[in-house]
Parts: sequence; C-alpha cells; structure tokens
Amino acid sequence: MKTDYQRPIDWRQGRVDLNHGAGGRAAAQLVDELFARAFDNEWLRQGDDGAALPAPPPGHRLVMATDGHVISPLFFPGGDIGGLAVHGTVNDVAMLGATPLYLAASFILEEGFALAELKTIVESMAAAAREAGVAIVTGDTKVVERGKGDGVFITTTGVGALPPGRAIGGANARPGDVVLLSGTIGEHGVAVLSQRESLEFETRIVSDTAALNGLVAAMLAAVPEGAVRTLRDPTRGGVATTLNEIARQSGVGLHLDEAAIPMQAQVAAACELLGLDPLYVANEGKLLAVAASEHAEALLAAMRAHPRGRDAAIIGRVVADERRFVQMTTRLGGRRIVDWLSGEQLPRIC
Amino acid sequence: MKYVDEFRDGDTARHLAERIAAEADPARRYAFMEFCGGHTHAIARYGVASLLPANVRMIHGPGCPVCVLPIGRVDQAIALALQHGAIVCTYGDTMRVPASGGLSLLKAKARGGDIRMVYSAADALKVARQNPAREVVFFAIGFETTTPPTALVLRQAAAEDLANFSVLCCHVLTPAAITHVLNSPEVAQWGTVPLDGFVGPAHVSIVIGSAPYEPFAAAYRKPVVIAGFEPLDMMQAILMLVRQVNDGRAEVENEFVRAVGREGNAAAIAAMAEVFEHRESFEWRGLGTVPDSALRLRPAYARFDAEQRFSLTYQPVPDHKRCECGAILRGVKTPSDCSLFGTVCTPDNPMGSCMVSSEGACAAHYAYGRFKDIPVVAA
Repeated sequence: MKTDYQRPIDWRQGRVDLNHGAGGRAAAQLVDELFARAFDNEWLRQGDDGAALPAPPPGHRLVMATDGHVISPLFFPGGDIGGLAVHGTVNDVAMLGATPLYLAASFILEEGFALAELKTIVESMAAAAREAGVAIVTGDTKVVERGKGDGVFITTTGVGALPPGRAIGGANARPGDVVLLSGTIGEHGVAVLSQRESLEFETRIVSDTAALNGLVAAMLAAVPEGAVRTLRDPTRGGVATTLNEIARQSGVGLHLDEAAIPMQAQVAAACELLGLDPLYVANEGKLLAVAASEHAEALLAAMRAHPRGRDAAIIGRVVADERRFVQMTTRLGGRRIVDWLSGEQLPRIC
Repeated sequence: MKYVDEFRDGDTARHLAERIAAEADPARRYAFMEFCGGHTHAIARYGVASLLPANVRMIHGPGCPVCVLPIGRVDQAIALALQHGAIVCTYGDTMRVPASGGLSLLKAKARGGDIRMVYSAADALKVARQNPAREVVFFAIGFETTTPPTALVLRQAAAEDLANFSVLCCHVLTPAAITHVLNSPEVAQWGTVPLDGFVGPAHVSIVIGSAPYEPFAAAYRKPVVIAGFEPLDMMQAILMLVRQVNDGRAEVENEFVRAVGREGNAAAIAAMAEVFEHRESFEWRGLGTVPDSALRLRPAYARFDAEQRFSLTYQPVPDHKRCECGAILRGVKTPSDCSLFGTVCTPDNPMGSCMVSSEGACAAHYAYGRFKDIPVVAA
C-alpha cells in the first residue's frame, strides 16, 4: 500500500527522535509500520485508541495484571525486553489460573535509541504473544529526551478469563500441602548479570524467559479443581522471596529441602563466584505451586510431561507456623531460615 | 559441581558431626570464634551450628570488613561525592553501611552523588581513565584479601601518572584485630568470655599465610585452625579445635592446605609492603580504636591518598547508645541479647555494624538462624 509519508523509516541507521512521540505524522508512521504490522490483529487494524473486546462467557471473571519492564541490558542471552514484557504479564494472569487473552503495551522510548533495535524488540514481543496465544490489542508510545530514559521501558497490561469456581491465590496454602517448583532456578538473573557492564563473564547460561500459561493449563487439567491452591512465578527476589510472600499471605510456615531444589551446575557456579544466593536470583519462566498433598504426584507428573516443567520437583511442604517462617533443611543436614531479601542482593567483598 | 559438592556432602557432614559429638567432653564447654565474616555466613547459610552438640558454641568475630567500617569513614566517602563532586567507586556491600544523618552511600547516590559499585579495584582505575576531567576516588575497604589488588592498582596509577585517581584507604589487618579481641582496653567495660580457640580466615590466610598466627597462638595459648569457606571445611576445623583443646595444645593448624601455605603469597605481601604502611591507630566499628590495625599509603604514594588530596579530617561518630555490637563482636553477648535486634535494628534498617552486611553476626543470625530463638510448631 502506498502511503503519504514523506520519507520511509530508515530501519538501519535511524534513531528515535522526539517526533516519534509527538502524536503527529512521524508517530503515526512508527505505529503503522512497526507496531501495527508486528502485532497485527483485528483490533489494531481498526486504528482506534482503545479496543472493544468480547466479554467472557457468563460466570467467568476477568483477571487483570500490569507490569513495568525495566531491564539493563535490553538484550541478554536467551531473550530481550520485548519477549520479557509479554511473558511477565501473561504469567501474572496465568498464576491466578486464568486464561490470558489480551495485552496492552505502553512504550517509553529514549530519544536517540536505534530504530533497528526497537524493531527487534517489537518483533520479539509479537513472536512471544503469538506463542502464548494472546493478542496485543492496544498501546501507546512516548518519547523522552536523551538521558531521561534507559533506551526502552515497556509496560504491559494483560487481561484474562477465569472460569467459575476457580480460586487460586497466595492466601490459600494450608498446612500439609506440598510445594512444587517447575524447574531449575536462577537462569534469568545470572544470564542478565553475565551481560552487565563491568561484570561480563563467559557463560552458556541463557534466560529461562517463557510464557507459562500452557504449563498452567496442563497442570489444572491433571488434578481436580481446588487441588492447586497457589501458583506464583518467582521473578524478582527469586524463589525465596516468593515463598515468603505465600507464607505471609496464607499465614503458614514452609519447610524446604535444599537438595530437592533443581539448579543447573553452571548457575550454582556463577552464584558461587559472585557471592549470590541462587534462591534470591530472578527467574522468568518458572512457577511455584502449592497443592494438596494427595494430588501432588499427579500434578508433578503433569508438570514433567510439559516442556516447561520437565525438571519439576517437590521442594517442600506447608506447616503451621504463626511466625510465617520459610525454613530449609540444607544439603548438609543443617537447618536455616530462608528470609526475605533485604534491598538488592549485593556481591560480598571477599 | 566438581570441587564444591565434595565439601557439602551430607553424609560426610553427619560423620563429622558424630565425631565432634563423640570427642567433645560433655563435662566442659567449648567456645570457638570464627573471626572471618565469610565463615559466619557459611555457618549460617548451611546450618552448621545446628549440627554441633550443645556444648560446642561458635562465636562470630569481627571479621566482616563492612561491619567494622566506622561511621566516620563512610561519612568521608559521602563527603567526597557530595561536597567534592568526586566519583566514588566502592565494593557492593559497602553501599548500604549506615553513615551520619541517616545517609549511606546508596542514599547519597539517590541525592545526586556519583557513587559507583565496582567489582574490583581495577574497575575503579578504569573509571578514572574514562573520566580524565573528574576526580575518581576508590573507597578501599577490607582485610588482607582485598588489600593486594588495591596495592597493584596504586602501582599502576603511579606508572601511568594518573592525575585524577586516589584511594580512601580503610584497609585493616587481621592479626591485630584478633589480638585486640583478647586484649582490648574495653574488656573491663564489656567483660569477656573464655574463648577456647579460633577458626582462622580462609582468603586472608591465602595472602598472609599461617605464620602470622603463630606468635599469637603461643602468647595467648589459643589454638588456631585455618579453614576454607565450605561447610565441611568448617566442621573439620571445629573437630581439629576440639582435639587441640582436649590435648591441651595451642598450635596453628591448617585445614585449608589446598590453598594456604605457611608463608603466604610473597608477591602480594611485597606489593602491600611497597605501597602501604601501618597506621598508628584506626577506629573499628564496634571495637573502638585499635593500634597498628590498619594501613595507609606510604609517602611515595601521597599524591594518590584521598585523605591528603582533599584535606579530609577524621571525625569519629558514636554508634546508637543501646547497640551491643561491641559486646557481640567479642562473644560476650549474642545478637538476641541486644534490645535493638530484630525490632529497631534489622537488615533493612541496620543500626549497628553487625547488622549491616550479610556476613555480620546479627544479620546472619537474623537472616538464617533466628528460628532458634522462637519455638516453631510442627505440622
């Protein structure tokens, strides 16, 4: 289709400038030639500022989640901010047991950012959304002056549908339940760290960033309604922080078995080198589940049968503890608390 | 993980725990101080203390370089960033140490100070090369482990005649601190506990060797066993200490023979000696002023000494008056004896030195061990 734009966008050498966020012709051109083309669907094709979406079937509830994505570097082994922005929000919706359906995406771009990199990020988002079976139906673009951003910030908001009678949440864990983990921990955090300026190290560790709605659907299909009490993806703050959140919400304690927690040897080695505890390192493609103990083995089998849950394991159990402590039997046979993270995990000096 | 899993094997740990329990005389109590924060961290993280019999007690000593950094020194670093406009580079852990006026380097950064976390002294030098128009100061802290890299960086800066680089030197010395714990003028104030022996530091000993502990062991009749950071290293060292106590020996033994020799690393020691000299005295957070316990730059390197370059004067700042860090670092009190512990003073809002770094006695107890203070109802 021939357009009335004055010049084609220079995808090789071009850079984001303030016009791209000014709402004029340049902005429209960027939306048409990049976002609408990559995310193409019936709602975006209408070109309106919002999307009119079909209501879910009677009895279903809507689930909504939003997440701002700020990451340095924007590209890391195994992914980039685009895919991450889709996975993060899809997973937040899926962790309530809902089927993710639609996403809205808001981009804050920094003046001077390379259009070629933006195109890569947007195409990565589009691919991630297709794979997860969600449509990016509306969005927004703003440009901030050079020095006032970090290349690209992306906020995604997701909407999903929750079937009647389903109640999955952080407050539902009960003493006697078991804690399951869908796979090896720490890959995302270590992959990102390995690319940080001043910390670059050789590694084959790639981020685990992935949408988990398929895995969740397989899990929920394998056990009766109500058997899965809690689902949560252990992103920032890692497994330790997420388990503390669940303990606090449910008013219970958790006992973990360190030897049962799956971890790649390379992740363990990198954490050792950097003085980090892998329990606090971020994941982007793993989930923790609390489930009724009588259905734990069936759930574990369903997880292991799914590609995103191949290394799933039962890592602990829920206990009555009004102090809401997460405790762990170490590989050595000792006992310790697995506490909340205080601030950011900083490397130790020696 | 080859060469790591071997030192975390549960069966071996159980066997060592049984040996310690069998050989520890039930009629007496054993109190051992692990001087080094890395050991404190390892004990807490792997739950080593829960494997020891009740009459073998570990006391967390003052060996965390972040914990013993006094408020006045952090104030100096903050002043360099906020008042002198310098780029201040330092190790990650140091960023959170509380300073005066509710500040820390992390908070000073939020107020506009150009404060950068680096992973090595060499990274600080790189920042100086990249910013020739700015003053760049490396806030150098740590024991003998982190001192040689600072010395090498200073040598390099001198070789390049780098005009915009300097070091705020807060390097401290291990043997002086151990001696001070046993022999300090504050003993009368805080009292003391009988210490039956020391677990000697791992990384520090790689640099200085085992020999510097020999006069100390002889003079104070205290056994020292140098140990690696792995939990089985710790347990083996504790067994060796129990045996020395039972035998009435006070020797320097080396459990960490795979890395530590008697003489240490000659090149590292030479680099330190070329660049640094002893300070007459240095204030340690929680321990007070300790003579001959720290280093400063030699006159030949005076132009790289941030204290001289920016005419800094040292202003000591007292800790919170209810803070028990001084007593805790000597093993006289435990973290839960302190009225601030876990209420006013937490890892998110540390008041005293022991709560600052994850290697600190209070922070380690808070993060890993406080379940022992509170009964837990089983499922």
